[in-house]
Amino acid sequence: MSEKFEYFAIRNAAGMFDSSPLYKYRISGRDAEKYLAGVLARDVRRCRPGRAQYTLWCDDRGFVVEDGVVLRLSQDEFLLTSAEPNLAYFQNLIGYDLVEIEEVTDDVATLAFQGPRSRLILSELAPEMSEIGYFHLVPTKLGGSPVTISRTGFTGDLGYEIWVSSDDAVAVWDTVAEAGQGHGVIPFGQIALLMARIEAGLLLLNTDFESSRFAWNDDHRSTPIELGFGWMFRHIETENRPFIGRHAIRRELADATSRWKLVGLVVDWKEYDHKYNTAGLVPPKDHTPVTEEFMVYTDDYTRVGYATSFMYSPIVQRHIAIARVRPEQSAIGTRVNLEVTINHRYELVGAHVARLPHFNPERKTA
Amino acid sequence: MGTPTQRRYDAVVIGAGHNGLVNGAYLAKAGLKTLIIERRHLVGGAAITEELHPGFWFTTFSYALSLLRPDIIHELELTKHGFMPLLMPSTFAPMENGDYVLLGQDRNENIKEIARHSRHDADAFEQYEHDITMVCQALKPLLDQVPPNLFSKDPEELVAMSALAQHLRDLEPRVLHNAVRLLTGSAADFLDDYFESDILKGYLSSSSIIGTKVGPRSQGSGLVLLYHNIGEHDGVFGSWAFHKGGNGGFTKVLAKAAQAFGAEIILEAPVGNVITSNGKATGVALEDGTEIEAGVVVSAIDPRRTFLQLVDPRELPNDLVENIQRFRFQGTSAKVNFALDGLPKYPALGDRGDQYRGFTNIGPSIDYLERAYDDAKYGWYSSRPYIDAAIQSTIDPDMAPPGKHVMSCFIQYAPYHLKQSDWDTERNNLGDTVQKTLESFFPGFSDLVLHREVVTPLDIERVVGLSEGNIFAGEFLAPQMFFFRPAPGWNQYRTPIDGYYQCGSGTHPGGCVMGAPGKLASQQILKDLDPSRFGNPGLQSPPADA
Repeated sequence: MSEKFEYFAIRNAAGMFDSSPLYKYRISGRDAEKYLAGVLARDVRRCRPGRAQYTLWCDDRGFVVEDGVVLRLSQDEFLLTSAEPNLAYFQNLIGYDLVEIEEVTDDVATLAFQGPRSRLILSELAPEMSEIGYFHLVPTKLGGSPVTISRTGFTGDLGYEIWVSSDDAVAVWDTVAEAGQGHGVIPFGQIALLMARIEAGLLLLNTDFESSRFAWNDDHRSTPIELGFGWMFRHIETENRPFIGRHAIRRELADATSRWKLVGLVVDWKEYDHKYNTAGLVPPKDHTPVTEEFMVYTDDYTRVGYATSFMYSPIVQRHIAIARVRPEQSAIGTRVNLEVTINHRYELVGAHVARLPHFNPERKTA
Repeated sequence: MGTPTQRRYDAVVIGAGHNGLVNGAYLAKAGLKTLIIERRHLVGGAAITEELHPGFWFTTFSYALSLLRPDIIHELELTKHGFMPLLMPSTFAPMENGDYVLLGQDRNENIKEIARHSRHDADAFEQYEHDITMVCQALKPLLDQVPPNLFSKDPEELVAMSALAQHLRDLEPRVLHNAVRLLTGSAADFLDDYFESDILKGYLSSSSIIGTKVGPRSQGSGLVLLYHNIGEHDGVFGSWAFHKGGNGGFTKVLAKAAQAFGAEIILEAPVGNVITSNGKATGVALEDGTEIEAGVVVSAIDPRRTFLQLVDPRELPNDLVENIQRFRFQGTSAKVNFALDGLPKYPALGDRGDQYRGFTNIGPSIDYLERAYDDAKYGWYSSRPYIDAAIQSTIDPDMAPPGKHVMSCFIQYAPYHLKQSDWDTERNNLGDTVQKTLESFFPGFSDLVLHREVVTPLDIERVVGLSEGNIFAGEFLAPQMFFFRPAPGWNQYRTPIDGYYQCGSGTHPGGCVMGAPGKLASQQILKDLDPSRFGNPGLQSPPADA
């Protein structure tokens, strides 16, 4: 089946995606909160039981190691996801805290159920989930299996993730698929997911940023502020929370030394079409995400950044990108140029800096 | 509703079909105080979606999107207002022997599927698609500009004519020749040059007859074929989409865009006539007697009503009146819409249902289509009609309750003028004929039918107002296109009455939910109002794409 059709299930009905390969860590014990508050860049103390947080962890120089979502299952129990293995990294930071970190990647399966119909369909199975807010979670049952449902996801749409013991995973998948019958629910794959996440302005490790642990040099490292997460540190001056990277981040904020700012780019459709038409070609409008870098220039051909994700968005009806540009080029509406290849030649097409997410439906948080 | 908030506007648009809405939106965007007047209780004209059976939403008339000009999506900022063309990922063409062709998004699978019927055609299909795309790419610019006036000595028109000639001269000879073969010849001849299998020729030639009283072997059907391929969706020529909520969902988006630019829309306000004074339009009179003043009056309705009903034909040049009187409508299409209890079963595909996520084309051979046309030639509807079916609820679950479906069936031929009967008598018989045809392809079909809605050409005329039920507001025939749409010398959206304009599908480039007439007419109007501000709109470089 076509990935674009799967994509439309996410945007117009609901789609199912097996997120189980995510790495998952159960962090528990009397000092779990204190430990995470010191390891994670975003203040986990503000995440009450029954809530979830998108978060990052940084190195001591203030560069991003990775990102993930932390679910606070109870006062002293957390579940943290990551795209790559992090067990040794986390364990090495325990120190004298009374905390236990257990990797549960294989024990906990994750079913992403994303799209405008997801709430309606799930609430027929588990009415108590119908009211949960954005980034809230609730323990419940689906078809007899105990699960935790969180209102989280990687699509930027109304959607949920269902956390379930691996033993019950297939049964829960079948229960949800069955309930979705007649609602246009289909499973979706990686490409549809990546389409949705680019529109949602959600970053992908090793595409939009790299782990500072494995980067070869600082050009391949990013700070949270450069990635657009400055809002995580609104309280940094008053919260008195030691965490890894705090000093560097404070300095970067105070001295305004960020090298980049992460922005959205929207390509000028008229110029794009015109350049292709002039070359005698049909302007391609391919939804498949391109992860190679596209250079960003000013009108006088000064290089001011690069796009890390690029696609034609069926819902924005434009070519869109996630890019990083120099801070002075980052104001919304700033005109820049994206270098593309047309007729085997490098060509510049106009684009403007746009607010992320590119697509942000009310239903996502409503 | 029904009452304008003011007595005087800069521009009044008659008819809130898609072209009226597009036109009104552009005028409002340019700063004109604009009123769009609609006779019915909803906007959309022939592009509407109605809940005709509880929980089932029907695209009563127009049912898919392809030809909509991409610049309109951007310039009117439609995505802000919910524009959402959903992909139709497959095309299904059942055959009378129980076999089928099912094409999807995977090119290699498509090659294999066609090779099942003919290895020769699997290759030819690629060549055909390439050739026709080259023609589309070559002619596409003509859809996006006001056509030159062939009969004018105005230097500006002479320049436009010479630019057109230059454009055609610059084409590769093969592309230009293919264009001429399509614009003047028959689809059957064109397809015979590529294909050997009946099913492929039947499926491809089906789009050569839509909305027009021609068979695939008639000269002129090539033009209709070309039109149905020159539309694009997300950059793919000939690709169709289904708008969220049907084409009514689309026109609602257009209405929101028009209103966001400041246009006012009133419903249930039938217009009686255009008010003129000394050869100039000064406003419109509603049927209830309300008079609305406006310096610009735009008719978004078809040429017959634009020239012969809304104004006094005695105010118009005789040759224009004559041309409009012989402008051919002769609607030949009908719709039968079903509410279904479940998906139809196609025996060769067992319990599968994914084949219905696009068009289902009941037109298995050129012979089948030509025989269907034979009935129409002699004044009757086809005993085995061509059916273009779309079960839109497979793509948009909001169209029907879970597990249930709506099925839109476009029917041809159903000529407006019946010999020895009338459509009020034959409405139900047409429905039965269609249902019987579907039953022959999908055994058990009738058991699924919860509700049936038959829309004859007469219904199209009565409800939407399209003369003789012609879905394109005038047939797609060479003598009625480009320089001559709707009449020689009047192809630039103006009329002989100063300040009175036309912007419906009866003008260039024509019907389908294209929006180009509405847009191009707005350019002409704005240029006439203020050449210094709005002149040469096609050549303006766009501002930053915000």
